[in-house]
Amino acid sequence: MSESLIMTGRSLRLSRRNVDALITALALPVLLLLIFVYFFGGAINTGTRYVTYVVPGVLLLCAGFGSANTAQAVTEDLKGGIVDRFRSLDIGGTPILAGHVLASTARNLLATSLVFALAFAIGFRPAASPAGWLAALGLLVAYITALSWLSAAVGLLVKSPEAAGGFTFFIGFLPYPSSAFVRTDSMPTWLQGFAANQPVTQVIEAIRGLLLGKPIGSTGWVALAWCAGITAVAVAAAGLLFRRRVR
Amino acid sequence: MSEQRTERSEPTGAGRPAAPNAPAAPAVRATGLRKAYGEVEVLKGLDLTVPRGTVYALLGPNGAGKTTTVRILATLTEADAGSATVAGHDVRAERSRVRRAISLTGQFAAVDEMQTGAENLRMMARLAAHATRRATAPTARRTSEPATEPATGRASARAAARAAELLDRFDLTDAADRLVKTYSGGMRRRLDLAASLVGNPEVIFLDEPTTGLDPRSRQEMWRVVRELAAQGTTVFLTTQYLEEADQLADRIAVLHQGTLVAEGTADELKRRVAGHRLDLVVTAAAYHRLAPRAAHHAPETRTLGFPTDGRAREVRELLDALDPDRTGVESFALRTATLDDVFLTLTNPTSPVSPASPASPTSPTALDALAAPATTEEPSRV
Repeated sequence: MSESLIMTGRSLRLSRRNVDALITALALPVLLLLIFVYFFGGAINTGTRYVTYVVPGVLLLCAGFGSANTAQAVTEDLKGGIVDRFRSLDIGGTPILAGHVLASTARNLLATSLVFALAFAIGFRPAASPAGWLAALGLLVAYITALSWLSAAVGLLVKSPEAAGGFTFFIGFLPYPSSAFVRTDSMPTWLQGFAANQPVTQVIEAIRGLLLGKPIGSTGWVALAWCAGITAVAVAAAGLLFRRRVR
Repeated sequence: MSEQRTERSEPTGAGRPAAPNAPAAPAVRATGLRKAYGEVEVLKGLDLTVPRGTVYALLGPNGAGKTTTVRILATLTEADAGSATVAGHDVRAERSRVRRAISLTGQFAAVDEMQTGAENLRMMARLAAHATRRATAPTARRTSEPATEPATGRASARAAARAAELLDRFDLTDAADRLVKTYSGGMRRRLDLAASLVGNPEVIFLDEPTTGLDPRSRQEMWRVVRELAAQGTTVFLTTQYLEEADQLADRIAVLHQGTLVAEGTADELKRRVAGHRLDLVVTAAAYHRLAPRAAHHAPETRTLGFPTDGRAREVRELLDALDPDRTGVESFALRTATLDDVFLTLTNPTSPVSPASPASPTSPTALDALAAPATTEEPSRV
């Protein structure tokens, strides 16, 4: 465990110094929130103030982009000799990857707080109880963790940081066919089935309900199950891929 | 190749007793190592023994299997067949023990570009301390060190002290707080080596430690390796450079296509391999006549190379022997022997050398069976 913390400290230092990526990771959420609220929001009718509707979607969209940086960090590690150095210090794959995942979570939470601060400034008024806030943040962390582990596994699968960048694009795209920005019943019928049931929609609906203080039924548990499932599969895959890669 | 096989009867596997400090256990012993990547057989039954406290050089060209050998011995890759012990521990069954006893510095600098030198070393020192504590945890109760978090402050202080000590030793104190990406190639190598030493390893593996370095940085690396050796650490290094092996190693093994073709001290090796090569540009007729005896061939320029120690008397005799009519040789040039020449000599026992020189008076070695007859009793330095 403490090895994971040392590795997290390393990943955080590396993140802090990767200024370009850090600025992108922090500026992107802010820009996206402004774009959706002021460019598109006027034309979209969701039954509530659009900023209130769209904040969870922006959070997840950015969590997707932010987590995907994990793939690049892992590929960079494998490109040089540092993984071998860690292994020759008898440090296994888990602490190395966990360090990247925890650092990714920290980066994303920083971006999240920026989004919340800006959203409040432009009229976001949630009605969540303290427990609701806690649950919403918990779910967000679970989602970030799931995507970061998935991203770590992708980083072990692909050969180059450029290929890892392709994963960013795919994950970044997932929130669009969901209830992140528009209601799914406004989409064509053939898309509704996917859009209404895919994991991103579940997580967004749960977080939105929690923040607005509305009953969310079983959505919260379904969302959590998705995150736990993705994490479990990604951790297992990462373990296998790590052993295969370092042969 | 016979002498390093004398101790191969020991059984392998988990059951063998660990004897980390037994003087009898060599630092490294490999028996019948084989490794293939797909169709490509990289190692074809490698045997070697490295006594404790010595510097051992594995010499070979790219693709000879040097890195694979080091990775197997450092437990980073598993051999397909054969066995190896390092510091008395089996590389397969006692991987963690081996890892705590060794360090590996590879061809790619294993440090973070975006951390400073000091940060890199502190991080490595803390990780090494953890690995040690984890290893000794079941028996560590009696020691004075508390295993709980109050130790964190002291642990980082210790890591910082260790980092400072290593920075000083490797002449990096001035650059300690600079990001590694601003370091020169030589500084990076030194930091990399320093990082590998945080855990006080018994056996140090250096995979091509000076490849790509400028001459001055190379000299500095050599100085560092000599210091390590002087402190009694076993150093196992690979290199493409005969000179490097000659400068640093107590014993040199020549790796060629996955097997050792020669093993011995630098002097023994050099006695088998003349220090220079005489390149002759010859007529077409002479090319055909002499080609089978040459160690180096360049048909497009009708150039043939012959090993020699470079002394005028011997070069003259060699020219007379090869071209008694004085019609076949158009011009000549004398070059320092390259590693290629060493390999060609060692892998081609029929290649000719000077006809006149007396055989070396020293006792025959493993090299005798493989190499051409000795050329001189005082080989020039390569």
